[in-house]
Amino acid sequence: MNRIYQIALSAAAIALLTACAAPMPSSADLDKLTQDIIGRSFRAQGQAKLDRLSPDEDNQLCAEAERTGVPLDAKVAEAIEARNMKTIKAPADGKYLGDFKEGEKIAQSGAGKTWTDAEGSANGGNCYNCHQISKEELSYGTLGPSLYNYGKIRSALEPNSPVTKAITEYTWGKIQNARAYNACSNMPRFAHKGVLTETQIKHIMALLLDPASPVNK
Amino acid sequence: MKKLVFALGLIGLSAAAFAQKSSTDSIAEYRAMLQDGNPAELFEAKGEDLWKQKRGPKNASLEKCDLGKGAGVVKGAWVELPRYFADTGKVQDLESRLVTCMQELQGFNGDEIAKTPFGKGEQSNVTALATWISAESKGMKFNLPQSHVEERKMYEVGKRLFFMRGGSHDFACATCHGQDDKRIRLQDLPNLTKNPGAGNGFGAWPAYRVSNGQMWGAQLRLNDCYRQQRFPYPLFGSEATIALGVYMGVNGKGGEATAPAIKR
Repeated sequence: MNRIYQIALSAAAIALLTACAAPMPSSADLDKLTQDIIGRSFRAQGQAKLDRLSPDEDNQLCAEAERTGVPLDAKVAEAIEARNMKTIKAPADGKYLGDFKEGEKIAQSGAGKTWTDAEGSANGGNCYNCHQISKEELSYGTLGPSLYNYGKIRSALEPNSPVTKAITEYTWGKIQNARAYNACSNMPRFAHKGVLTETQIKHIMALLLDPASPVNK
Repeated sequence: MKKLVFALGLIGLSAAAFAQKSSTDSIAEYRAMLQDGNPAELFEAKGEDLWKQKRGPKNASLEKCDLGKGAGVVKGAWVELPRYFADTGKVQDLESRLVTCMQELQGFNGDEIAKTPFGKGEQSNVTALATWISAESKGMKFNLPQSHVEERKMYEVGKRLFFMRGGSHDFACATCHGQDDKRIRLQDLPNLTKNPGAGNGFGAWPAYRVSNGQMWGAQLRLNDCYRQQRFPYPLFGSEATIALGVYMGVNGKGGEATAPAIKR
């Protein structure tokens, strides 16, 4: 065998061995590599700015638990819930329920916050993407539980009953920031992330809790 | 098109008790109707012509392009992509690899093609090429290589990206595509963490989208997923979109390639 050819062959063999034998980086190094790749892979477009990629501790903890299949430690989950609970604010005027007809429109709309939506345009709630709500709308998703008869089955339709008050406050909090009650809920944090206004949330509240709403028929 | 789907859904909804099943069935029937005469075939023909045609500053064809199985080998290439390429030192998917070949063999400016908006200029040619090349692997089983450390690293990065929550809504890919048998509105969501979802989902793109009358490659599909997740804009052929391709493709191992498919 010609010597140069031999050297070339052994160089190729070494290159191949190095590639095969190269150890996998540690999990922490892979996390770092992922962050570097994220930094090189996205650009701002419209209102979807790069800050939307910034790590949020709650999101990081939940993502890691979901990726590894190892549930969050109970204390970590409680801490996430406590942090998010602090963001919940009662309505400024003390009134929780708006107009259920407006609520239905918001629940139907999936508009808002993408790079193709005009900045400042009205955001929808995307509710039907994941939930059954009124019985008339058949095109609903199943990522979240059915909300049909939401107020009725929770006995939450009496204006002055303590049950109603408790359910009203819980529902308000859940729409404002679902992760106050379930650390890694898939539901968007509508108030905390500025997706829906207080008025919009009141309308959705009415859709779920007004005795006259089709949801409770 | 939304109205048509909705109307078709309503036809199937005479009995309320079977409402959900029937509307899903109606959509499946509608898809089957569309499948007969998938316009993707027009893009396949265009792609095959583009592969053989002498083009670009170097007036060369792509017939010597190495898609991972040797120069000019097209059949079976797609079910093994993304993979590591020694000449670029990168893990590449079909579309980013095509841009490399267009640059090296034909003398096009690869960066300019990558920056061209989807559906415009040379980007539409990349999509047509990808459509033809994927069709040449139709019915074959996914078998992405994981022997190179860079391929295994990209799988792990892809997995991290798949579960990463962000944007204004805290959504991750996994929010919609991490469980079995879920729907968004009436649209079934494949579970992309395992088969059959990963093979079915990843294995269907490029696909012809009836709703906007466009052929979409996998890069545009992922770009639009990120749009709907309310993330910033992933660049064409970015490491993030390629890593996700590795993650889904490896999860889909053994699944059947159905691309180019037809989608609502």
